[in-house]
Order: sequence, then C-alpha cells, then structure tokens
Amino acid sequence: MLRRLEELSNINGVSGDEGKVRRYIKEAIKDIPNVQMRTDTMGNLIVHKKGQGPKVMLAAHMDEVGMLVLGVLDNGLIAYSQRGLDPRVVVSKRVVIGDDMVEGVIGAKAIHLQTREEMKAALAHSELFVDIGAKDKDDALKYVKPGDHIAFTTRFKRLGESKVLGKALDDRIGCAVLMELIKNTYECDFYAVFTVQEELGLRGAMAAAYAVQPDAALILEGTVANDTPDADDASYATKLGAGVAITFMDRATIVNPNMFKLLAATAKEANIKWQPRQTTSGANDAGPIHQACAGCVAGSLAVPCRYIHSPASIADINDINSMYALADAFLKNKKFNEVL
Amino acid sequence: MDKMMMKDILKAYGPSGREAQAAEVIKQYVAPYVDEVYTDAMGSLIAHKKGTSGKKIMLSAHMDQIGLIVVAIDDKGFLRVSNVGGVNPIIATAREVVFENGVKGVTYFENTSKHGVNEAKMKELYVDIGCTSREEAEKKVSVGDMAVYVTNFVEMGDRLSSGAMDDRICCAVMAEAMKQMKSEHDVYAVFTVQEEVGCRGAGPAAYAIEPDLNISIDVCSVGDIPECDKMAVSLGCGPTVKVMDSSVIVPPVVRAFMEAAAEEDNIPYQREVLRGGGTDTGAVQRTRRGILSGCVSIPTRYIHTPVETVDIKDIDNAVRLLCACLKRKELPHR
Repeated sequence: MLRRLEELSNINGVSGDEGKVRRYIKEAIKDIPNVQMRTDTMGNLIVHKKGQGPKVMLAAHMDEVGMLVLGVLDNGLIAYSQRGLDPRVVVSKRVVIGDDMVEGVIGAKAIHLQTREEMKAALAHSELFVDIGAKDKDDALKYVKPGDHIAFTTRFKRLGESKVLGKALDDRIGCAVLMELIKNTYECDFYAVFTVQEELGLRGAMAAAYAVQPDAALILEGTVANDTPDADDASYATKLGAGVAITFMDRATIVNPNMFKLLAATAKEANIKWQPRQTTSGANDAGPIHQACAGCVAGSLAVPCRYIHSPASIADINDINSMYALADAFLKNKKFNEVL
Repeated sequence: MDKMMMKDILKAYGPSGREAQAAEVIKQYVAPYVDEVYTDAMGSLIAHKKGTSGKKIMLSAHMDQIGLIVVAIDDKGFLRVSNVGGVNPIIATAREVVFENGVKGVTYFENTSKHGVNEAKMKELYVDIGCTSREEAEKKVSVGDMAVYVTNFVEMGDRLSSGAMDDRICCAVMAEAMKQMKSEHDVYAVFTVQEEVGCRGAGPAAYAIEPDLNISIDVCSVGDIPECDKMAVSLGCGPTVKVMDSSVIVPPVVRAFMEAAAEEDNIPYQREVLRGGGTDTGAVQRTRRGILSGCVSIPTRYIHTPVETVDIKDIDNAVRLLCACLKRKELPHR
C-alpha cells in the first residue's frame, strides 16, 4: 500500500486533469478478479465488484489542489488561477505545467527590495506568477497554453519512523487504501469510486452517486491536522498518530448519528485506533453522495494530514493503516447492514 | 389548532441531523389520519394519505431546528461547540440548552477580559454542563452530540413565542391539515430533515415521491417591527403565498393556484418576497426533471432566536389555506 501511495502521490492530477491518476489506478487493479470498471462522462472511475446484498459505495477523490494557467504576461511570466490554496504557502515553490511538465517556480520580490510594509504583508495570488525562464510572451507560449494545469513537484518521502511526506496526500491516501480494499471480497454489491473535482466543490461525486445509487457509502479522505504547538484541546481538529478520524459533521454532511456510532464501535471492537474529527469545517464527497436521488447513509473516515492544501503535507503511516483496517472491518463484518 | 399537539411538537428535541425524537412525536399525532407513515434514508418522516385521482401532492415542513454541536471537551469539562445552522453567537450566549439525552447546560463565551458579549464569536462560545473535568463531562456528553435552546412557550393573547417556531409551528400546521383535509389526490406530508444546514432532506424525499405539486410550509420574516428592513408582511394578516426567496422563484401558475384557493374560501393571505434565506421549496423544485413548487409561510418575528413570535390567526388560516389547496380538483400545470 505504501508503494502505491508513493507512486500515486508523485503523479500529477490537479482538479479537472485527473487522467494520469485514473490510468494508474486502472492499470493497477485490472487483473483483480471479478472487477468491472468504467469511466463516466465526468471522469470518475467507477469500479464494481458485483455481489449479493446491499449496494455499498466507497469513494476517494483522485484530484489534488493546484493551479491553472490564466495567461502569459508580455515579459513571459505566467498568471494563474487556483482554488483551495493559501497564497502564503505557494511562494518560491517549484511547479510543473501541462502534459510536457514544463518546469517553473512561483516567484516573489527578493527580500533586499522589499519595504518594511511589504515584508509584513502576505502576497495575494494575483501578485504571484510562475516563471518558466521564458524571455517573453511569445517564447513562453511555445511551452505553455492558457488552461494548462500547474502542479507542485514535491517527491514522496518516508520521514522518521512512521511519517510520510508528499503532495496530494489529500486524497491519494484514500485512493491507495481503496485500491487495497478492492482486492478483498465482501458480502455486498461493492462499488469503489475514484472521483474527480472534489477540490472544486464536490462535483464528480454528485454524478457518480446518481449513477450508483448506493444504499450506504463510506468516504475515505485526507483531513486537516492542526496538532501544532499552540493548538489547545479545542482547536487541533485531528492529531497525527492518534488513529483514523471519524467525521460527525462538516460543512456538507451531518453524518447519520447511527453511522458515526457504528464506525466508532467497529473501531473499538477491532482494536483500531481512532479519534473523532473535532471540527465541523471542511467538506467532502459525502455531501453530494448522501443527498443523491432518494438519499442514503454516508460516513467518512479521514487520515490526519498536517499542512494540507500545500505543496507538502505529512501524514502518519499508522493512521493510514487504521483507516484501511476500519474500512475493512466495516465491510467484512457487514456493519453496513446496521445503518440501512 | 390542537394546542396540546402544538406544544408537544414545539417542545420536542430535534436539531438538524438529530430529528428522531421530533419525528416520533409528530408520528403519534399524524398517524391516525393517514394510510401509512414511514421514514426515508435521510430521516424525513412521510405521512401518506391515499387518493383516487392518480395525482400526487407533497406538503413539506422541516422538523429540524438550529443548534450547537460539541466539537471538543476541554480538561476543565467545558464543551466547545460549533453552530448547526444559522446560529448568532451573541444571541446564543447566556442561554439554557439541552442535549438529546436530557443533559442540561448553559452557554457563555471566553475572552470576557478582552471584549463584551456584543463581539462574541462562535469559536469563543462554550457550554457549561456543571462538570469540573473532561472525564466527568464525557460521562454525560460526547463529541458530536448536539444541544438546542430549552424551548420556552409564551402566550401573549393571539401572539405566541417559542424558540422552535422555525419550523415546528409549520409541522403542527401540516399535521393539523392532514387531520382536517379532504382531497381526491394522494397527499404526502413530508416532515423534512436538515433544512437549516442547506435544505438537504427535501430533495431526496421529493425524488422518491415524484409529486405533481409541492407546497412547502415555513416561517418568513416580517416588516412590522421597529426599524427593520421594509417588507410587506405583518403578523396577523394571514399566511403568505411566497413569490420568491433566495432559493426559489415560485412559478406564477403555482401562486395563482394557491391564491385562487384562498380567495374561494375567503382566507386572508399576504404575498411574500423574502430577501434572504432559502427554503425546501427550492430544493424540491430542482429535483428530477423539475417539480412545480410553492410555499405558504407563517409570518414570524425574531427568527433564529429563542423568542420566535407568531400570531395564532395566521396559523389557523395556514391550515385552512392548505386544506383549500388540497381539495381542489385541478392542479396547476405548465
């Protein structure tokens, strides 16, 4: 699973440009017996393992936060558009643009030239540009076009005893765990859905859920960890190494209380480390999925990620394993039957 | 209106996503007058009275009320909370609240040394349930549990005040209408969930029912209190026929249908243009291939506070207006 995560994390798949991630997943799971796959018009990869029992859908999103080429200035610098990125974390980061992976860096004025006021103020995205070393606009347009996707270049690394560092851990962790779960056989009509455009507002999942019409759904995601030195009991949201986080509410979903309790009870029963996701901020694919068609019960499991929505996040391997174990126990022990 | 029923429905616990207790109370009252009562996957309670015309009318009023959700318990036993729906932290400060299991608490805000209650933020709000440690608090309440204002009920002549008028008074109106109405159509009274967090329950219910017409029943603001935004709706002048809110523009054919029903039975009504706020009306309208959807509102003062105030005349006339709509043979159509 860790090798998969490494490869997944290193692939570029900014929202709307998930093709490479999808191809990787398709290739990796194509030989698993009894697997049927299709890609829908949105680009979601819908994997079906036909079985007896209720329709259970697991979902993880393939897309990652990134940018889009907006246009090129006369001097060859590239203006970009983005969603979900804090402008303070992108300065001086290396990026690649488009299918040709044109290298560049997001530049800002050197410290020598900044006034005291400039040093204090954070730059806005509109004041930042990608520099690909082009001599002017015409030169730059030989390599990039407006609409090309821009991704960070951070390579996946093991850190310390149990941590991993990478870009796109949100939500390639979910993808890696879901790819692992597909190998198993569960007593239900099993759908594993790899969604697109989650970071743009949960767009792919809506279409996928409409097509699948699940009875129950479980979303696997990467989530905020704010276990920094100054965070108190009330504000850490999740902690690295404290287990898989179970969601009770976010901006898109109030998780059915039976589902939340069931997931927690399943974790306790199987001796899996878990924590409540102690915030109601953020949103994930459970939102559109639980409201699709006549509605269904949907829960979320999340792996805490420090510095999420930045070029480099850190997660704990033990939490990733806990997510796998809990999702597996939920399916293996047919826990979904208890929330239908 | 059965006042006993009204009070029971108002007092039931039921913030968004935790509507089970409210649903149980409503079910007791409505079940004797319908053919079947069931709950869907989202938790909406659906009371169905069969008809003979082959047409289906859906009524919808939401059961959920705004509330607070525990996101963390600190080592002194204070509960840190986040809002469920549109809670104003200043109004939510210094209130008596109650949890689903009956545990009571009071709210206040931190940073009292830095600023007054008029600047209280949601992040600063906490619930004190009388405990002195995390361990003690965790025996009573868990992270993820929700609290609501303890429901008061004040009678001031024709005017009634309670923290749960939005939208339980309309649940009571709908239950009463199911008792009184006569219709040749299939009537589905849907007591929806999670309206306060973005009208999440009504769409899935409408998807399953596929009605020919939906009429939502909700509260709306008024223009008859001191120094408020101008609005041509007053307490006591009749239920409203909604023209528009931020979730919906009611099709003129639906308004004409409702207004004709009101005029035929001499029921006073007001036209409502609500500047802010959405309702289930819009969520139902955009379900499947589109559903004709309208709304009757109860004019309500002080919405989303513990003193939401309505006029009993509007409530009784809303029941009459729903019955007048349901008894009509011809339903609106494009």
